[in-house]
Amino acid sequence: MARKSLALALLILALALLPPWLLSSYRLFQLTMVVVYAIAILGLDMLTGYTGQISLGHGAFYAAGAYTAAILMASFDVPYWATLPVAAVICFGFGFAFGFPALRLGGLYLALATFGLAIAVPQLLKLKLFEDWTGGVQGIVISKPDPPFGLALSQDQWLYLFTLAVGVLLFLIARNLLRGRIGLAMRAVRDRPVAAEAMGVDIAMLKTRTFALSAMYTGIAGALGAIAVQFVAPDSFSVFVSITLFVGLVVGGVTSLLGAVLGAIFIVFVPNLADQISKAAPGAIYGVILIGFLMLLPAGVASLARRALAPRRAMTNQGETR
Amino acid sequence: MKYLLWAAVLATLGLARAEAGDMPGVSATEIKIGQTMPYSGPASAYGADGRAEVAYFKMINDQGGINGRKINLMSVDDGYSPPKTVEQTRMLVEQEGVSFMFNGLGTPTQTAVQKYLNMKKVPQLFVATGADKWGDYQHFPWTIGYQPSYRVEGQIYAKYVLKTKPDAKVAIIYQNDDFGKDYFNGVKDIFGDKYAKMVAKDISYEVTDPTTDQQVVTLQASGADTLMIFATPKFAAQIIRKVYDINWHPQEFLTNVSISVGAVLKPAGVEKAVGIITGGYIKDSTDPAWANDQGMKDWLAFMDKYMPGADKTDGNYTYGYAVAMTLAHVLKECGNDLSRENIMKQATNIHALEIPVFINGITVNTSPTNFHPLRQLQLARWNGKTWERFGDIIEGNGS
Repeated sequence: MARKSLALALLILALALLPPWLLSSYRLFQLTMVVVYAIAILGLDMLTGYTGQISLGHGAFYAAGAYTAAILMASFDVPYWATLPVAAVICFGFGFAFGFPALRLGGLYLALATFGLAIAVPQLLKLKLFEDWTGGVQGIVISKPDPPFGLALSQDQWLYLFTLAVGVLLFLIARNLLRGRIGLAMRAVRDRPVAAEAMGVDIAMLKTRTFALSAMYTGIAGALGAIAVQFVAPDSFSVFVSITLFVGLVVGGVTSLLGAVLGAIFIVFVPNLADQISKAAPGAIYGVILIGFLMLLPAGVASLARRALAPRRAMTNQGETR
Repeated sequence: MKYLLWAAVLATLGLARAEAGDMPGVSATEIKIGQTMPYSGPASAYGADGRAEVAYFKMINDQGGINGRKINLMSVDDGYSPPKTVEQTRMLVEQEGVSFMFNGLGTPTQTAVQKYLNMKKVPQLFVATGADKWGDYQHFPWTIGYQPSYRVEGQIYAKYVLKTKPDAKVAIIYQNDDFGKDYFNGVKDIFGDKYAKMVAKDISYEVTDPTTDQQVVTLQASGADTLMIFATPKFAAQIIRKVYDINWHPQEFLTNVSISVGAVLKPAGVEKAVGIITGGYIKDSTDPAWANDQGMKDWLAFMDKYMPGADKTDGNYTYGYAVAMTLAHVLKECGNDLSRENIMKQATNIHALEIPVFINGITVNTSPTNFHPLRQLQLARWNGKTWERFGDIIEGNGS
């Protein structure tokens, strides 16, 4: 099993390294966005999939990361790569501060509290108080980074490889974390909180830290997204961002690293497909496709890969293998 | 190896430069044009613009196209989300290889691609937004606006006040964002040195304010006899009602954004709004004055044939028809030289172009130093039932 997983991961990585030499700049940009959303969905998955805490407000952390990168680049001339650790720290802190009180709310109530956060963010970004930094409704336009060391790459090729490298690193960290003691504690809190507490897990602290970590991942994704799109504005971070991430999570498959990537592919490409099918009601087509996926693959697209890899393995109610 | 080579070339030259005489997106039989529109999402009502434009070019193609070429307007959905606009615009420019972008809708969405398009030297023609910043030909020579900007509208109200009532004491209430400030700056442009003398009080409100009652009371206390309301629909309705309820009777001017009967005047009380002045430039299909107007008759025939079932009272269809007609003029003028340079050149050399669905006397004018195609309005007064046009066409400043 482990060998098969490793082989699959290496195969995916090898495939991911091909596009810069095969695809157009525009396709590379799309794939960059796939990596960005995959990181964001992975962040959400830690909280919602592994720990069982539903968040409909991760767009807020995505926005926080994006604005951190944009403000640092536009107002303080910080190089793009240096904005990522700052975005990570800020979003971790933001997540911790918000998560501490919010996680006292369980289940649906937490979902609503985080949803409130997602609704508030675009308006907060327009506040006059921060306008010198945020640019108000006009947003901030930033420049695309050039490849370093005089590498013979286009900006899009470089940005894709850079984003991919950050993504791979974050996925490896997440994998080690989730497969280890902490991941076990998270799942225990999700499935049997009483038993987990009896085993000595500090539930409140674990949930808060997971929330902060999850916010951090999504925040880093936001920063990478801002660098790729070269623009941030309050209208970029409507409540739909949160919903979109949630859709990606569920369609891709919860508690699955591969699922995060598949979910990201879904949210980047399916809306375009819907628009091509009908200009009159792209939303309706998208809805139909989404329902179709949920009917046919209720455990997410990643469950297909799981079945192929481990046909006879027992699954938990979340569809994951241990 | 081939790709490495290409990458090296691109890296040294900077991103693809348009070469002179090059005509991307143009073949012997077709011109490919790109557009992003909010067909889904919060601003989807404006999708009507794009649908009218696609239908207009279908009509043009049925009539044989322009200079023998068919127009292929590829209008795609961006859901009013700037990241999506970037993605879709890049798809149109890099994958589809469109000649230029046309009438993309939304200030934040078009801002997101302005730098990209200017770097690539792809014309961003006639963007569908009321912000004033689209006329910045020095920094963004490949971007041009279309409709009268909020600032021009503010200038026109100020000009009217100066002409009809030079001793007026003006009060101004505006939304504290780029929308409101554009109007505010327009009024300042015209009053100039006289601003301090003319304006008794100006005050702003935040979109997050629950009500604007306090501001209205403060403005009344300033002793003003004229009130300019630069507010979005919800607030405009509040202000109009409050002004009436505190028994203040200034001459009110109202931004054209908030003249909807259903969304503003009815909630405010149609009788409380009597006498309010606004400005417009498109013929309103519900205005009986245009019943026998040839321009509107042609538009109605177009709607019946190419957009059957669409709501003919929706001004967005008239707008889309008008801007598509303007583009058709530009492409005709280009003749056989459809290079991006020449398209931009023709788009910025339009002289007194009459568009039959614009109020008679309002024309499209551009020049290499004027990227604001429409700068005129005719005023109209609310009589309790309809907006009644009156007076001459008034022109604002350049920018």
